[in-house]
Amino acid sequence: MPRVVDNIQIGPLTWKMRVEVPRLVAKAKAGQFVIIRVNEQGERVPMSIAGLDGEQGLLTVIYQVVGKTSALMTTVENGGEISDCVGPLGLASHVENWGTACVVGGGIGIAPVYPIAQAYKEAGNKVISIIGARSKDILFYQKEHGEVADELYVCTDDGSEGHHGFVSDVLVKLLKDGAPIKMIMAIGPVPMMRVVAKVTKEFEVPTWVSLNPLMVDGTGMCGGCRVTVGGETKFACVDGPDFDGHLVDFDVLTSRLNAYKDQERKAMKKLLEDPNCRLTKAVREFTYPGENKA
Amino acid sequence: MIEKIEKKERMKIKRAEMPAQKPEDRVRNFNEVPFGLTAEQAITEAARCLECKKAPCIDGCPVEVDIPGFINLILEKDFAGAARKIKQTNSLPAVCGRVCPQEEQCEIKCVLAKKFKPVAIGHLERFVADYERENNLVQIPAVAAPTGKKVAIVGSGPAGLTVAGDLIKLGHDVTVFEALHKPGGVLVYGIPEFRLPKNIVQAECDVLKDTGVKFENSTVIGKMETIDELFEMGFDAIFIGTGAGLPNFMGIPGEQLIGIYSANEYLTRSNLMRAFDENDYDTPIIRGKNVAVLGGGNTAMDAVRTSKRLGADHSYIVYRRSEAEMPARAEEIHHAMEEGIEFHMLTTPIKFIGDDQGRVVQMECLNMELGPPDDSGRRRPVPIEGSNFIMDVDLVVVAIGNSSNPLIQSTTPGLETNRWGNITVNPDTMQTSRPGVYAGGDIVTGGATVILAAGAGKKAARAIHTYLSNGAPK
Ligand SMILES: Cc1cc2nc3c(=O)[nH]c(=O)nc-3n(C[C@H](O)[C@H](O)[C@H](O)COP(=O)(O)OP(=O)(O)OC[C@H]3O[C@@H](n4cnc5c(N)ncnc54)[C@H](O)[C@@H]3O)c2cc1C
Ligand SMILES: Cc1cc2nc3c(=O)[nH]c(=O)nc-3n(C[C@H](O)[C@H](O)[C@H](O)COP(=O)(O)OP(=O)(O)OC[C@H]3O[C@@H](n4cnc5c(N)ncnc54)[C@H](O)[C@@H]3O)c2cc1C
Ligand code: SF4
Ligand code: SF4
Ligand code: FES
Repeated sequence: MPRVVDNIQIGPLTWKMRVEVPRLVAKAKAGQFVIIRVNEQGERVPMSIAGLDGEQGLLTVIYQVVGKTSALMTTVENGGEISDCVGPLGLASHVENWGTACVVGGGIGIAPVYPIAQAYKEAGNKVISIIGARSKDILFYQKEHGEVADELYVCTDDGSEGHHGFVSDVLVKLLKDGAPIKMIMAIGPVPMMRVVAKVTKEFEVPTWVSLNPLMVDGTGMCGGCRVTVGGETKFACVDGPDFDGHLVDFDVLTSRLNAYKDQERKAMKKLLEDPNCRLTKAVREFTYPGENKA
Repeated sequence: MIEKIEKKERMKIKRAEMPAQKPEDRVRNFNEVPFGLTAEQAITEAARCLECKKAPCIDGCPVEVDIPGFINLILEKDFAGAARKIKQTNSLPAVCGRVCPQEEQCEIKCVLAKKFKPVAIGHLERFVADYERENNLVQIPAVAAPTGKKVAIVGSGPAGLTVAGDLIKLGHDVTVFEALHKPGGVLVYGIPEFRLPKNIVQAECDVLKDTGVKFENSTVIGKMETIDELFEMGFDAIFIGTGAGLPNFMGIPGEQLIGIYSANEYLTRSNLMRAFDENDYDTPIIRGKNVAVLGGGNTAMDAVRTSKRLGADHSYIVYRRSEAEMPARAEEIHHAMEEGIEFHMLTTPIKFIGDDQGRVVQMECLNMELGPPDDSGRRRPVPIEGSNFIMDVDLVVVAIGNSSNPLIQSTTPGLETNRWGNITVNPDTMQTSRPGVYAGGDIVTGGATVILAAGAGKKAARAIHTYLSNGAPK
């Protein structure tokens, strides 16, 4: 069973986990993902690669508590184990030297665009990074992005740090001002990717987005991860997760992500009520957006 | 007690009836449907066998199990010996006794089949294998002196497990790489618990482990290492048994609605992830009230019977041909009918209709009639114009077959495939176009049967052994 070197909280509901999987790390590339199973009864949850340390054979994933499995992940102790970590899955992000390339990371998406920014940089690009979150305390990896990017823009929805507004606002301004961006990679919540793709279409800049439909096996066997791209059905786990943002049907993606909403909420409620589970106070106080804790 | 009796007397014995859970009970649980023969029943049934000299039943079995041989040992009450006899050619008797389509393989060839009912070969096979396992009589096979040769097996379905079992005994160093977190292939993720309990598959894998086979689960070959990299890692030969795991969809409007599953997804959620046991396992599954399963094969039967157990009021099979053309095993269709599955024959969906949440609520269908035979020799279904009608459904499972998963083929230069993406092999040795690389099972044939996959594994194991014994070139 893969060993978890450390699993530390880096934001109100955000954790960073490093897993010792040297063979996987030796093969993995930016843009790919892994599937983790915390325990024998657990779901298989996909997680993007947020960092690779080839020397120590360590994989970094950064995750947000959104339901039962991600909440359970927070209980894995430093030096503990998880049942499985399979990968690298999906295709690596397309990387070449375009001159100037831009990565846009929103919320938890700040994590997976970081290794992609690194790869763009290594290929010789000038890299512009735009990262944003709802508020200052949710932001992370400013330093890491700052070290890679030639230009870094930070924004928050509430103005508590950096630009007051959305990542897409910053991007539009850059494009309007004539920044010579030839390629954009945007990862974040579906509404964010939708907006980014919409604005970059007007400027005719190729834009990739990384899709996160529900998955089971991650090898092309179940078809649960199907997405509609350019009117065609694709399996995100093998044909993606990166797709041309201008062709993605975001409505289908949004709708399919809600398939198990009721069951998920029931499972999370049960977990939060379980006194034996070693959840931290922060996780115990979890509420769904737009829902008050009764 | 039954002594050996005259042939005439033997033919008067009635074929054993498999005791089973009553339909009204079993639709409420996931326990296995048939209980298995009692020892007494097995001995009586064994007495029916005429022990034919040129036993035609053996010709019907793809791996040529010595059928009269093992049945004779049952008469002598050496049940474990009978199981070992079967294992000389079939390493998975507990599985095959349950899931082989005996009625079109060994049993159809039985001389008794013409005038009476054939000997219940499958039931007997299952009985002795269960007896051996449940009484802890399974012997860890003797292993030959180490040859120093390493073999990699990709995929742990019946094909891969058979190759592993045969080659470990011959002294080779065997590692099985499996993409999922549990070994067994379709035996664990596809075929439901009520037909093949998962502890049986686990027990088979445990024996292989105890014999020395190494299992590396959660390892996707082609993503982790490629075939060429396995050679670089020191493997001398490779067997590819990756199955037919790429679900086909209908390609009709509405297929992206919530509540439309491929059979692979539906069955994997229920079997591998054990979503049916919602108190203990975390993976969710949609429990429909009106469930339509599209297709007429074993997979469709497994899916539709699963839906009933998950609480459906109405579970339908929607099949575009007639019952006579249904590829599912007769026994499965029979079980499904007993469980109250409703069959809509000569029907094809043309469109799925959703609500404002994107969930499927209805399915538009057309009635069909049978026209002249097509390439497959079966009469081709033709739509009846204007016969459109609507079915209310809240869950649809598409079970219209699988194609080959391209992960290995696309990462292995020089590996030849046919136009459906199946790996092409020499049918005598199962060798692919790449020296030292062998393949078998569904990845070669397309969706077939457990015993055919196991048979291909046997053949490949023999050829791999020859190849390694002749000093595989590095
Ligand atoms: C390729 C890929 C990469 C991902 N990378 C990351 C990552 O780096 N960090 C991270 O925090 N999350 C990532 N996700 C999402 C993550 O897998 C889900 O948040 C997680 O499975 C939620 O499980 P849960 O039990 O905690 O929540 P649940 O209670 O199961 O779900 C809560 C909500 O999260 C979403 N969700 C649930 N399961 C999935 C799933 N399998 N995939 C996507 N969304 C899901 C749904 O909208 C759901 O309503 C990724 C998903 C994919 C497909
Ligand atoms: C629902 C269902 C019911 C069936 N019922 C019956 C029945 O009653 N009787 C019968 O005889 N047959 C039945 N079959 C058919 C039978 O199960 C198959 O023919 C048989 O399992 C094929 O065996 P296999 O070894 O070729 O592959 P599989 O059993 O498909 O196993 C292949 C394995 O390889 C793994 N794999 C794939 N790609 C990779 C990779 N790149 N790296 C590592 N691992 C990989 C897969 O995860 C899988 O575990 C049924 C099939 C299904 C789907
Ligand atoms: S392996 Fe299958 S076909 Fe062969 S004897 Fe056993 S049940 Fe019959
Ligand atoms: S053909 Fe029938 S009766 Fe003859 S040996 Fe085989 S099982 Fe026995
Ligand atoms: S997750 Fe099963 S096919 Fe993609």
